[in-house]
Amino acid sequence: MSRTDSKSTTFVMERESIAPPLAVNGLTAAYQKKPVLRGVSFTVTEGELVGVIGPNGAGKSTMMKAALGLIPRLSGEVLVYGKPYKQQRKLVGYVPQRESVDWDFPTNALDVVMMGRYGHLGLFGRPGAKERAIALECLAKVGMADFASRQISQLSGGQQQRVFLARALAQDASLYFMDEPFAGVDAATEKAIITLLQELKQEGKTVIVVHHDLATVEEYFDSVLLLNVEVMGYGKTKDVFTQDLLQRTYGGRLAFLDRSGLAQPDITKG
Amino acid sequence: MSDFWILLTGVLVASCSGILGAFLVLRKMAMIGDAISHSVMPGIVIAFLLSGSRDSLLMMVAAMACGLFAVFLIQLFQQKGVQADASIGVVFTALFAIGVLLVSLFARQVHLDQDAILYGEIAYVHWNTWIVSGVDLGPKAVWLLGGTLIIIVTVISLFYKQFKLITFDPALAAALGIPVALFHYLLMGMVSMATVSSFESVGAILVVGMLIIPAATAYLLTDRLGMMILLSVGVGIASTFVGYGAAVIIDASIAGCIVCAAGILFVLAFLFSPSHGFVAKKLRLRKLVA
Repeated sequence: MSRTDSKSTTFVMERESIAPPLAVNGLTAAYQKKPVLRGVSFTVTEGELVGVIGPNGAGKSTMMKAALGLIPRLSGEVLVYGKPYKQQRKLVGYVPQRESVDWDFPTNALDVVMMGRYGHLGLFGRPGAKERAIALECLAKVGMADFASRQISQLSGGQQQRVFLARALAQDASLYFMDEPFAGVDAATEKAIITLLQELKQEGKTVIVVHHDLATVEEYFDSVLLLNVEVMGYGKTKDVFTQDLLQRTYGGRLAFLDRSGLAQPDITKG
Repeated sequence: MSDFWILLTGVLVASCSGILGAFLVLRKMAMIGDAISHSVMPGIVIAFLLSGSRDSLLMMVAAMACGLFAVFLIQLFQQKGVQADASIGVVFTALFAIGVLLVSLFARQVHLDQDAILYGEIAYVHWNTWIVSGVDLGPKAVWLLGGTLIIIVTVISLFYKQFKLITFDPALAAALGIPVALFHYLLMGMVSMATVSSFESVGAILVVGMLIIPAATAYLLTDRLGMMILLSVGVGIASTFVGYGAAVIIDASIAGCIVCAAGILFVLAFLFSPSHGFVAKKLRLRKLVA
């Protein structure tokens, strides 16, 4: 792979032909000396929806944060379309956990979605009419166009989640990291999110989703990463989402999970 | 003329602290503002001892260094497992105590009045004027605060979107490549600057009131960040006028009256704000029941 030419046109061709959206190699990360991720390696195929599954404290969020450089990694390498994340920020969209921000912040839904454009604006650029139009369009895609001027604390949990997704859409990325987008949302929002994920996939985008609901894994995801500090399994959903591997990932806590994997929708909660 | 200079000083203090206070309140760092305002004390005293003057650039730099050092120490202790509020309490009282110690040791030689540092002497700002080749340019405090305000307004307007995003969602800010720590220290540096520029007029304790109370009041009155900043400055300026008027009438501490006025405005907003006020909420509930 020659990567000497950094002109964007050459680069786009290159990433489409050669480099995978995400390649994680031997990633180890720790909070206060306690390792929460050990030697994690996996490579994501372009245009897939990838579910990240594992018990609480398995390092699912940490994996995303380490990949995005939000927490330092002790060792390992993360390549986004063949290059370190720092050089590829504009290609990556991120949806943090909904609880990670204060929804009493004085702003409205449209303004939050416009924040997704900040990465494209440069150091001194200000969001203007163009950003506004993009943000409105993204709000419409998640069915929230009518709530553009609504103060964000006045939105339901599901609506807040959809605003976060609209913000990620506004980032106009090729690879998306979503940290528990389905957590605590209503049925309408769940449906809106999965429709959106399918659309992104059809546009050839790659989405990595931290997910808790084992009952929907087979329906939603092309590939699955089973994580419990280490990688317990990674591959196509039908190959990896098996009784045996789930047992290993959850450490026997799934004894009552039936063969189909559909018995316990909320097994990891609490 | 003295009325004019005192009010102008108050307005400048209110503007500097109002803008920064909005970000402190939203970042849940009100007590960090308190910590900074106390921690600059040793810096002020050391610079004063070295330069023998209370309006030197050295004083500004030393105080800012102390303020940032306090922020750094607080974060260091928090990262190493000390509880957040405890680490704030430890750092700022210890640094403040060092300042008090230095003043009590050297105060007699250098005419640095402990009360002036703690409570300010806004009534005397017009006595300490800046005279360049015989021309009286007005109080030094006004020049200092004016310069500080220009810096704050410039930095905040240039990097408004960055400050907004690190306040609302630091994780996304970091993912987008915004240097979150740099902007954090930039904000804290400006808080230190505002504190030092204000301490002479309103004192190290009352400046915290000007940082936090108008911003907390504005938070109750609007749902937009830009408007919150403007209202925060507005509430601070209103407090200055009301407080100064009251101080003249009852012949009391001007700085004390200004912050009391801010406190009263806060209570009014808390009770009667149309959107977030106590009364409005009760009325809405009653409507729902009826």
